[in-house]
Amino acid sequence: MAEPAKKQEQEVKMTDEGLEVGASRLTEDKIEKVINQVLKAETGARLKTYVDTCVHCGLCSEACHFYMSNDKDPKWSPVGKVKQTIWEMINKKGKVTPEFIKRASEIASTECNLCRRCLQFCPFGIDIAYLIATVRRICHKLGVTPRYIQDTAHSHSVTMNQMWVKGDEWPDTLQWQEEEARGEFPGLRIPLEKEGADVMYSVIAPEPKFQAQLIYQAAAIMNVAGVDWTMPADMGWDNSDMAMFTGDNEIMGRVKRAHFETAARLRVKRIVMGECGHAFRSVYDTGNRWLGWSRPAIPIVHAIDFYYELLRDNKIPIKEKFKDPVTLHDPCNVIRGGGLMEKSRFVANALCETVVEMHPNREYNYCCAAGGGVINCGPPYKLKRVKGNRVKAEQLMDARARGAKVIISPCHNCHSGLKDIKNYYDIHMDIKFFGDIIYKIMEKPE
Amino acid sequence: MHDIYSFVSGPLAWVAFIAFFAGIMYRLIDMIVQVIKKEPFIFTYMSLKYSLRSIIHWITPFGTLNWRRNPILTIVTFAFHISLILSPIFLLSHVTLWDEAWNISWWTLPDGVADIMALIVIAGSLFFLIRRLTQREVKFVTSTSDYVILAIVAAPFVTGFLAYHQFFGYPIFVILHILAGEIMLVAIPFTRLSHMIFSLFTRAYMGSEFGVIRKSKDY
Ligand code: SF4
Ligand code: SF4
Ligand code: SF4
Repeated sequence: MAEPAKKQEQEVKMTDEGLEVGASRLTEDKIEKVINQVLKAETGARLKTYVDTCVHCGLCSEACHFYMSNDKDPKWSPVGKVKQTIWEMINKKGKVTPEFIKRASEIASTECNLCRRCLQFCPFGIDIAYLIATVRRICHKLGVTPRYIQDTAHSHSVTMNQMWVKGDEWPDTLQWQEEEARGEFPGLRIPLEKEGADVMYSVIAPEPKFQAQLIYQAAAIMNVAGVDWTMPADMGWDNSDMAMFTGDNEIMGRVKRAHFETAARLRVKRIVMGECGHAFRSVYDTGNRWLGWSRPAIPIVHAIDFYYELLRDNKIPIKEKFKDPVTLHDPCNVIRGGGLMEKSRFVANALCETVVEMHPNREYNYCCAAGGGVINCGPPYKLKRVKGNRVKAEQLMDARARGAKVIISPCHNCHSGLKDIKNYYDIHMDIKFFGDIIYKIMEKPE
Repeated sequence: MHDIYSFVSGPLAWVAFIAFFAGIMYRLIDMIVQVIKKEPFIFTYMSLKYSLRSIIHWITPFGTLNWRRNPILTIVTFAFHISLILSPIFLLSHVTLWDEAWNISWWTLPDGVADIMALIVIAGSLFFLIRRLTQREVKFVTSTSDYVILAIVAAPFVTGFLAYHQFFGYPIFVILHILAGEIMLVAIPFTRLSHMIFSLFTRAYMGSEFGVIRKSKDY
């Protein structure tokens, strides 16, 4: 396999105001107080047992795409990142410098995707992602979080969506997409606020903001498949959650509550969500726990699972299968985090003539390096992120060498992350959602 | 010499065994109390089936992806841990001591086998030492305590081997052997050697989370 070509991009050291200004406001007293407060009040046997049990064996290292892509430099290994952050905080009983906190925040927010692959490699199942998330929590409480992602958390707090979508922008966008789609599908509706519908469809805020055609496509699929569905007209329509990744659990809780309560208000049977990984983690696994529900209060169905049902029951008439050979990216949050690997393959095979497997695949797939909020930390970290995932580039090039022309990635973050990787390493492949392919090949009215 | 021997094999042995068992109980109870107090949700997700699925895969040589990726390490790790646990329990001269003191005895290993097992533990310790010194990712996270722990584990086997073969200074090595064994017993609950107890629980919890919620493999 050829070494992926690397574009000569100058590494410009960009400063991150979120970290700089945040750290400049810190005093050592405050740091000590906050660290110990989080360690005492918010953590317990789990953290202690993980820290005491880790035998410093390094066996988690090769799980991590950052470590593998940075020539196995140990400071990128999962346990190496833990050593540079939470171990220090614990050993020094919180007596660390503002400079240390700045670096810890950068490591925790931009050098780990919380993808949980290392959990599968550690003989003891030590939850490195949890340890790193605890570091983010501490940094959040100290006000030292990368600026770009902090801005999205602010947006969540103010608007209950990630992208500062204002009150009327949302229903306007839906109506606009409905009108557009009616040109192609006469009689199509995007039913707003329909109480008692089977399905509430929720999306992430970048869809109405930049990718309204995804809402168009979803409406087309719902329409053709005859699904009894609805979308909320008010707050609660956004299922995304960057607060979960900044360690701002309080806002995470508010956002998730709004989402579940909206579904409850509409008395829907279940929530179907678009093709997004982190949002699934938030609604299915993390946010619900913060709110005290061991399982989501209302059943959550990821788009992969939903398309699987529709295709299995022949609800979507297909004109002809997608011709170009595809390869399947397994987003950590829905595959390693939700077990949808076989359903994803069922959908891919139902839609496409040829599916070429990437290696490793299924729950062992390498993360895209965008997830866990890393891509949301913005341009200062982009180069580090794409360089930190050379193994993904190699994986893609290998799939391409075996014929794959299109990458299917049922996750928004993965999409953006893989796009950056393919541009940087010059890999000529298209990236699509399942929804793009379904829309393209389904039977439409003449 | 005899007095020292009686002391280390008598009262000190008592102290060591009590510290070992009481220490383990203390660490376990402390962990469980902490979970009940602060993270009771953990119980909600525990599943016997997936705990066992995870534990069984990880205690099977080559039973997990990471064991398969590191064949030499896997063989050494398993040989090391099996020898480390079995040989002291089933060593003839240890069982004889139990028999003399308490009138209880059980099956024993042939001496030749036990001897090889001691060598395996010593060789394994050397392997881990070299790994710590040479593998960058291990060295980076290694602290002094890791070497101390390794020495604590190797010491009873080195001294035991020397004592058994009665090379030189037999009585000294017997005493050192008993002391080393006692230090190891006491160290288990209070150092990272506690992975002997906690690994079962961390594995069970991760296995349950992966099985119940994430519906994927953690091995
Ligand atoms: S990026 Fe993934 S594999 Fe690497 S340390 Fe974080 S959770 Fe582990
Ligand atoms: S986290 Fe697990 S694999 Fe990594 S060094 Fe610690 S014990 Fe070893
Ligand atoms: S963006 Fe995709 S691959 Fe990356 S962490 Fe999310 S789910 Fe994982």
